[in-house]
Amino acid sequence: MVSASQFCGMLKSHGFNFCSGVPCTILKDIILCLSSDPDLPYIPATREDEAMGIATGAYLAGKQPVVMMQNSGLGSSINPLASLDILYRIPMLLLISWRGYQGKDAPEHLIMGEAMLKLLEALGIPYQVISEDNPETAISASVKSMRERGIPVAAILKSGIVQ
Amino acid sequence: MKRYDAICAIVQALDGNELLISSNGMISRELITVRDSPQNFYMIGSMGLASSIGLGLAISLPKAQIVVIEGDGNVLMNMGSIATTGHFAPRNLIQIVLDNECHDSTGGQPTVSNTAKLEDVARASGYHMAARVTTEAELGKILRQSLGKGPAFVLVKVEKGSVKGIARVSHSPEEIRSRFQQAVRSLSG
Repeated sequence: MVSASQFCGMLKSHGFNFCSGVPCTILKDIILCLSSDPDLPYIPATREDEAMGIATGAYLAGKQPVVMMQNSGLGSSINPLASLDILYRIPMLLLISWRGYQGKDAPEHLIMGEAMLKLLEALGIPYQVISEDNPETAISASVKSMRERGIPVAAILKSGIVQ
Repeated sequence: MKRYDAICAIVQALDGNELLISSNGMISRELITVRDSPQNFYMIGSMGLASSIGLGLAISLPKAQIVVIEGDGNVLMNMGSIATTGHFAPRNLIQIVLDNECHDSTGGQPTVSNTAKLEDVARASGYHMAARVTTEAELGKILRQSLGKGPAFVLVKVEKGSVKGIARVSHSPEEIRSRFQQAVRSLSG
């Protein structure tokens, strides 16, 4: 388990300096932490695809962006992934919360909770599931594959790891 | 006014240092025909997101002038972007909407922009300037007035229909991205 401020520090140490997204309860402490951090500003978007557009603009401007979302928002991100960020090779870190993990959640999260990793695989998006013992490992591995592949990569965050 | 003529008027009114984001379909195809430049980001997919890409650029590059050129179909698909842009209100962003009240690139199916007053939405969302124009002269004038004084929302009423035989965007997406990044670096350097 890490604190939100340690987690944000980890993102910054890897060079991330721009963030957009749509909140999730699992991400709330991270977003709170970023809301007062000028080194990793967070621009709240109305939808996840809008967040990906904003992050794309930031990348073109020379920033290294993170997009945060609940996995429900992966649904609205499929087209920007396929026809913008993978197509133009725009690297960014997608920090996606895993609602519906192991089928234990509110009913609206169960289908996406089950389908999420398969959707990422189908799109060819590399992903890492962040472990409780060592969150840094997944972030480092994500950054490595983001730099190698030059496309968006996903780090999946379950409940209870960042607090 | 034909959409092609509106794009000619836009290119003529700008001073050449701006970064342009053009939406998918005929708008990018007509822009590349009027004036190709590494400073143009032709968004060939991801319909709706031209204004969001423009916002990310405008926030990240406060000294650059960003101009988004999109259609009414694009705006209607991502109306939340107007609220976000109005909130962050970057002075260096102009959003031009070429409104022909239809999805021209896919066969002219009607949109609802004949009843939705998009410039009113922009004004109510906090844009510093929002206007509807119908002539090339008005369009040129308002663009020159809006440089550095945005966010500005300029809705341009244009006719349905395209120039016959217009070329597709010939550069690959990776080329578009890489030469645009180079243009950003030269402008900021």
